[in-house]
Amino acid sequence: MSNGKVITAEQLTKRFGDFVAVDHISFDVMKGEIFGFLGANGAGKTTAMRMLCGLSLPTSGKATVAGFDVFKENEKIKKSIGYMSQKFSLYEDLTVKENMEFYGGIYHKSDKFIKEKTTFILNELHLTKEGNKLVKSLPLGWKQKLAFSVAIFHEPEIVFLDEPTGGVDPVTRREFWNMIYQAADRGITVFVTTHYMDEAEYCSRVSIMVDGRIEALDTPSQLKKTYEAASMDEVFLRLARKAVRAAD
Amino acid sequence: MRQFFSFIKKEFYHIWRDKRTMFILLGMPVVQIVIFGFALTNEVKNAKIAILDNSKDAATTSLSAQLNASRYFDIEKNLVSYTQVEEEFKKGKIKLAVVFPQHFSEDLLHFNKAQVQLIADASDPNTANQLTNYATAIIMDYQNRITNERKLPYTINTEMRMLYNPQLKGAFNFVPGVMAMVLLLVCTMMTAITIVKEKEMGTMEVMLVSPMRPQMVVLAKAVPYLLLSTINIASILLLSRYVLEVPINGSLILLVFESILFTLVSLSLGLLISSMAGSQQAAMFISLIGMFLPTIMLSGFMFPVENMPLPLRIVSNIVPAKWYYNIVKSVMIKGVGLHVIWKETLILGGMMLFFLTLAIKRFKIRLA
Amino acid sequence: MDKTKEKVVAGVVVENIIKTYGKKKDMTALNDISFDVQKGELFGLIGPDGAGKTSLFRILTTLLLADSGKATVDGFDVVKDYKAIRKRVGYMPGRFSLYPDLSVEENLNFFATIFNTSIEENYDLVKDIYVQIEPFKKRKAGKLSGGMKQKLALSCALIHRPSVLFLDEPTTGVDAVSRKEFWEMLKGLKQQGITILVSTPYMDEARLCDRIALIQNGKILSINSPQGIVNDFSKPLWAVKSDRMLHLQNELQEKDFVENVYPFGEFHHVVMKNESGSEQLRNFITAHSSENAVLQQVKPDIEDCFIDLMKN
Repeated sequence: MSNGKVITAEQLTKRFGDFVAVDHISFDVMKGEIFGFLGANGAGKTTAMRMLCGLSLPTSGKATVAGFDVFKENEKIKKSIGYMSQKFSLYEDLTVKENMEFYGGIYHKSDKFIKEKTTFILNELHLTKEGNKLVKSLPLGWKQKLAFSVAIFHEPEIVFLDEPTGGVDPVTRREFWNMIYQAADRGITVFVTTHYMDEAEYCSRVSIMVDGRIEALDTPSQLKKTYEAASMDEVFLRLARKAVRAAD
Repeated sequence: MRQFFSFIKKEFYHIWRDKRTMFILLGMPVVQIVIFGFALTNEVKNAKIAILDNSKDAATTSLSAQLNASRYFDIEKNLVSYTQVEEEFKKGKIKLAVVFPQHFSEDLLHFNKAQVQLIADASDPNTANQLTNYATAIIMDYQNRITNERKLPYTINTEMRMLYNPQLKGAFNFVPGVMAMVLLLVCTMMTAITIVKEKEMGTMEVMLVSPMRPQMVVLAKAVPYLLLSTINIASILLLSRYVLEVPINGSLILLVFESILFTLVSLSLGLLISSMAGSQQAAMFISLIGMFLPTIMLSGFMFPVENMPLPLRIVSNIVPAKWYYNIVKSVMIKGVGLHVIWKETLILGGMMLFFLTLAIKRFKIRLA
Repeated sequence: MDKTKEKVVAGVVVENIIKTYGKKKDMTALNDISFDVQKGELFGLIGPDGAGKTSLFRILTTLLLADSGKATVDGFDVVKDYKAIRKRVGYMPGRFSLYPDLSVEENLNFFATIFNTSIEENYDLVKDIYVQIEPFKKRKAGKLSGGMKQKLALSCALIHRPSVLFLDEPTTGVDAVSRKEFWEMLKGLKQQGITILVSTPYMDEARLCDRIALIQNGKILSINSPQGIVNDFSKPLWAVKSDRMLHLQNELQEKDFVENVYPFGEFHHVVMKNESGSEQLRNFITAHSSENAVLQQVKPDIEDCFIDLMKN
């Protein structure tokens, strides 16, 4: 992990037959950064993210995550990252505490660690009373925040968030981003995808993928300057409209 | 009507394009017939036996040879001491041991009485029973021959005739059973699952908010499975007639008519299940527990209903497969006509009307 | 009996609709909702997941019965005249509601026949949308991208020329480009005189509707034109920015002249309790000029209004 880089990708490529889903992408993510990973449906975001999480083997190129090689050390990668998606977050039929125990157990955390951490998170989220309630009985916004806490329960170096705020009300969405900021403050690197363009503005740096390539990568304000746009929404539309690839 | 046919066409697309469904629908009957026909037969052939011959005379040698010559037994081993018998059983090598005492021939000739001991592995009681029966029959046969030579004054000869199934073939019993099971599988389970699938996918919502009447949606889902069932009926009958050599003694038309009637009962049950189940798993679970188990246990195809305690015998009457099983056995094997099975036919018809009305009534025109 | 007049004017009328779930009726999905939609209007229901949007759409499309209250669609009662309604509405549920194993063409054909029509008959209506997916008409619907699926679903919902179109979260999970294109299509349909009800959790889409209802926890927070809703926001609103955004927010949170402060794109939006607070804010920002703090007055957005209405 030289120079504080927690993710490095060099000419990373993934082919499915003739189809090049991810086409020679190169980028670095620094420690403690909130890295926005944008792109239209089918641009290759999910495939790229899967490779970085050690779920899918790249066809060619080089990449390291938390200092580990995505080709050879994907088991080590999995121990150093957290993951949260809109679809899969928590077990609805387990209680809040049971979910935390379960995830703590998966990452080989001691009982003492799990207990302390659970109390800490419940306090933080003002959910102390809800600890023994089934997850399904909680409102969506709480679930989402809880899911994020669980994703960073084992204090990973990097957390991958796949559209974490879909369908959430504007107030909860902001509370969620506050949690992201706090995590980044503690040194956890955040790698996030979103369809909300205002959220792109909250990121330290943003990359925009078009047709499997990274078309742009910079801070939001620099991107707006480069593309002479008033908002990230405009930047995104200008770039994404260039796409020729029609479907997934 | 155009809506209706368009729906059926769509349903066939679903079926053709899903290889797994296709296999369950058309391959399953063949597989079941073959499994039941060749692998799961309960007839015993070439069972391994051991002989402990303490006499070694003309009579025992001759009897041993006859046992070995029959198609039921193969002599695996000739033992020399009694202790070996149990050893062999424990090794699991033999199913039956025949023990001749000393002086077998002399006893037989001088005292007109000799003993043979048959020891069977009764951990499988049915097989043990069959084997001892076969062995006894062979020994009796031998006895008859020598007594005939010596002319005893009084003998009663029993002569047996096995009606309808002279060779006692298992196939005669299970072909009707497999027909009931396959039709139930195709119609009840597949229809229930396919309707519930539309609920899960959200397409049912769109169907309901269309001018197509909800009852039509349900009926249109059932039609393809009715057609596929007739293919299955044909393939089972062909396989059993030409591969398993089970004759069709009665009217083929009557048999097909009764099978279609049973198919309709199964379809109605499938529709009824689909109105109760909220997920594909639930539909499958209800079909398996509610339909298959009773069919296998209570239709008489595996276990004779007559031997069951009264409460089970009463319950068996509401199992449609029991009536269908009786009908197929009567028409196919005994060769009787409608005048004998009208009662069963009426019961099936009544069941169909009952389940179908219930299913259509229960089918909701709204989501909840 | 003013029924004729009602038929002419209103596309959808909702009166005091209440809907609860659960055995004890203790989960309230819709809590006494009333509004109406004019014929030919593009009406948006804006709110997060779980606000009650889907329940409301299902009641209006005759798929659910309300506990109490009354509703009509195109002048027809949603309970009594459900058959008439089913003939004239188009409905696109939130979930992917096409047959994934049928091709694009087969899906469209199927839905046309179910509605007793054919593609040819109403081709002019779906043409603009369908031409975009026509090159892939032999492809299975399950293999289409999100944006394409959505176009196909819209074509299928339109194929029978409905007079009212219900679109339940059509843009959820779809990227910004496809979302823009989708709203362009809706504008085109509005030209054809179709009444459109659309629900969405994306606040930025509200601007594109004629009128909107902001909905949260089964209650309507406000109904008006997007401009009208924004005009109702009377408190002073400022946008602030500095090098230490999180710190800035935390500090402002503590100030008694600040009613609310929350991130908004690259800025934080600061809602003042009253006019006099603006002066204090200006002083605060000047004091933080070393951190490159910037202040500018901004016009409220629908999202600002939603946050404000949620707080109160």
